[in-house]
Amino acid sequence: MLKIVKYAAAALAACLPLGQALAAWELNMPVGVTELSREIHSLHMLVLWVCVVIGVLVFGMIIYSVVKFRHSQGAVPASFDHSTKAEVIWTSIPVVILVALAIPAAATLVKIEDTRDSELSVKVTGYQWKWHYDYLGQDVNFFSTLARDSNEARQLNSGIHPDSVPNYLLDVDNPMVVPVGAKVRVLLTAADVIHAWWVPEFGMKKDAIPGFVNEIWFRADAIGIYRGQCAELCGRDHGFMPVVVDVRSQEDYESWLQAQRGDAQQAAQVIETAADTAANVE
Amino acid sequence: MSNVQTHHAEVHDHHGPEKGWRRWAFATNHKDIGTMYLLFSLLMFFVGGSMAMIVRAELFQPGLQLVDPQFFNAMTTMHALVMIFGAVMPAFVGLANWMLPLQVGAPDMALPRMNNLSFWILPFAFTLLLSTLFVPGGSAAGGWTMYPPLSLQTGAAFPMTIFAIHLMGASSIMGAINVIVTVMNMRAPGMSLLKMPMFAWGWLITAYLLIAVMPVLAGAVTMLLTDHFFGTTFFEAAGGGDPVMYQHIFWFFGHPEVYIMILPAFGVVSEIIPTFSRKPLFGYDSMVYAIASIAFLSFIVWAHHMFTVGMPLAGQLFFMLATMLISVPTGVKVFNWTATMFKGSISFEPPMLFAIAFLFLFTIGGFSGLMLAMVPADFQYHDSYFVVAHFHYVLVPGAVFGIMAAVYYWLPKWTGHMYNLKLATWHFWLSTIFVNVLFFPQHFLGLAGMPRRIPDYSTQFADWNMVSSIGAFGFGLSQLMFAYIVFSSIRGGTKASDKVWDSGTPQGLEWTLSSPPPYHSFEVAPEIK
Repeated sequence: MLKIVKYAAAALAACLPLGQALAAWELNMPVGVTELSREIHSLHMLVLWVCVVIGVLVFGMIIYSVVKFRHSQGAVPASFDHSTKAEVIWTSIPVVILVALAIPAAATLVKIEDTRDSELSVKVTGYQWKWHYDYLGQDVNFFSTLARDSNEARQLNSGIHPDSVPNYLLDVDNPMVVPVGAKVRVLLTAADVIHAWWVPEFGMKKDAIPGFVNEIWFRADAIGIYRGQCAELCGRDHGFMPVVVDVRSQEDYESWLQAQRGDAQQAAQVIETAADTAANVE
Repeated sequence: MSNVQTHHAEVHDHHGPEKGWRRWAFATNHKDIGTMYLLFSLLMFFVGGSMAMIVRAELFQPGLQLVDPQFFNAMTTMHALVMIFGAVMPAFVGLANWMLPLQVGAPDMALPRMNNLSFWILPFAFTLLLSTLFVPGGSAAGGWTMYPPLSLQTGAAFPMTIFAIHLMGASSIMGAINVIVTVMNMRAPGMSLLKMPMFAWGWLITAYLLIAVMPVLAGAVTMLLTDHFFGTTFFEAAGGGDPVMYQHIFWFFGHPEVYIMILPAFGVVSEIIPTFSRKPLFGYDSMVYAIASIAFLSFIVWAHHMFTVGMPLAGQLFFMLATMLISVPTGVKVFNWTATMFKGSISFEPPMLFAIAFLFLFTIGGFSGLMLAMVPADFQYHDSYFVVAHFHYVLVPGAVFGIMAAVYYWLPKWTGHMYNLKLATWHFWLSTIFVNVLFFPQHFLGLAGMPRRIPDYSTQFADWNMVSSIGAFGFGLSQLMFAYIVFSSIRGGTKASDKVWDSGTPQGLEWTLSSPPPYHSFEVAPEIK
């Protein structure tokens, strides 16, 4: 028995490099890097396995009937046409399963909706077809658009192979930068049509609707760059407005923030000087 | 009594079909109108299918090779409108026209002239809709759901699309009225409601759903129209309106619409499985109650299409629970079909093959539906390819396979000729294999993070997209076999007997008539004991 396990482990280990080579054949939802994304992933796996078990039972029963009770094999049909007992059973068992699924789902939902005590609020506005990030109370705001190399490659018959572009369609000029481990509240709205802000690794998407403000929150546990896309059809270039979030250490985030403010002050000065010059000319 | 019958025989000669084009243009006969509905929907199935082929060809590999993104969006939008309103719904109305009078023992539909009108609206509606492909700005490209404010950016196609939808809605409502009046008033003596065939039950409830929700759709798109042209701001936040309100109104129509497209298929499958299992349907009464509860629940679950718009927690919980509840009556149906096959004596003629595939693949669509009901998980699934996989599983191997099963079941009754069973079996296997190659990988794409309605994608999604496109081309080509089989059965073939499926146990009044049935179906109402 132990031997079999060993062999199985060895076979599995041999398959591992192969598995990496086939990484693009992704099958499942990412576990993600936030508490919520992990909870959502386990809910997803729970309901998936419930479906698999029910599926095995029901499909097993159909296959059994199809194989066992074939007319060509001389099966003689029974004549029963109902059974109250059976019907009560297969009406009530699903109800129990549903309640069992609804309870953890409701618990996670309550957590998702709790946007209190955030350490940072960023107002995200959807435009056709780019995102605008405004760090509330930090004096930092900027637009985030599709990276130039992706944009060149995605033109009709551009002749540039997407494989030659790193992070094709999932890269931007200015990513949203947030500190690791901080509860970030995202306030979503839109300037023209409805968009949706989605980062699969954060487990979350929500619509950005003109005239309304929606809230979501996330707390990323790991430093890294996380990529997503607009998820609500918003016109011609809906497929070309990615969401990129750069999660950095607190220090790196602070220095990024300083640099952004510096840029903003410089820009303000340039504008002021230009205005002064214009006034002087007059 | 004998007097009446002599009289009938005398006038009978004058009541044959008219000659030439007048037979079709002025048709009042339920079979002629049913035939026109079915052929029209077959045509639309290929028009909508060609659009899907363009979509899948562009998605065959990353990068944009074939079409502009705007045209791509127009194709996804038009594909949905054509398939829903042009292919699936008219096909079911065609089946209702052909089969309801035969099944309830009536000479014709109750309102034959309205029947003519409700069909002849459709070619005009779809000429109008498809002509938008050639107007400045191209077709509507904001998705078939037409969410404002995006849909308000549509060009000249906007009022044309909305008027086409109004026409389709009027046609559907008239079709539904006809079904209800026929089923309620023209049943043979002795056929109480709970003795009706399941197909008639499925359609009766569907007809009520249609009457309830088509006006809601008409209202929603009319409000879009006035927002665009007459300065109202129903859905414009700047004027005190609310873009999300459109989604609430639309899905109050849209969710029952989903069941409008599946309940008649439930009825079809409930006819076919007992015939080829040679055993009565298991739990007839609970099958009827299950359809009725699904129809009721369909009115209180609409917001599960819009969990990401930012609803109050209580609202999200309510719509999650109500949605999950639908799986109870749906489960009852699946279990009862299985129990019908259990201890039967099953043979595998083409209609039965399609019904069994329906049972498997519709259930898979039901499973992903249950997953989508879980609000937190829906925040990941929503608007991803997982949703695309889900609704195509319930609509293609669900509704469309239901229609094909029905055609293969009743076609010999309609034409009087048995079709090529071997070729139909090939059509079945090719369709079933390719439909899974086409749609199953889309689950993986959605879970891995690919949004729907995008013309180009990141390279990590390339592999499954290529598989899905290959499945699409295979599925599309296989459907040419379907058209060939249907048309060659119309032209000729071995004579079908009255019972058609002598080997099975087909139940119902349609099998007591000749194949093809007489022009006025039941001239004398049969007695049901």
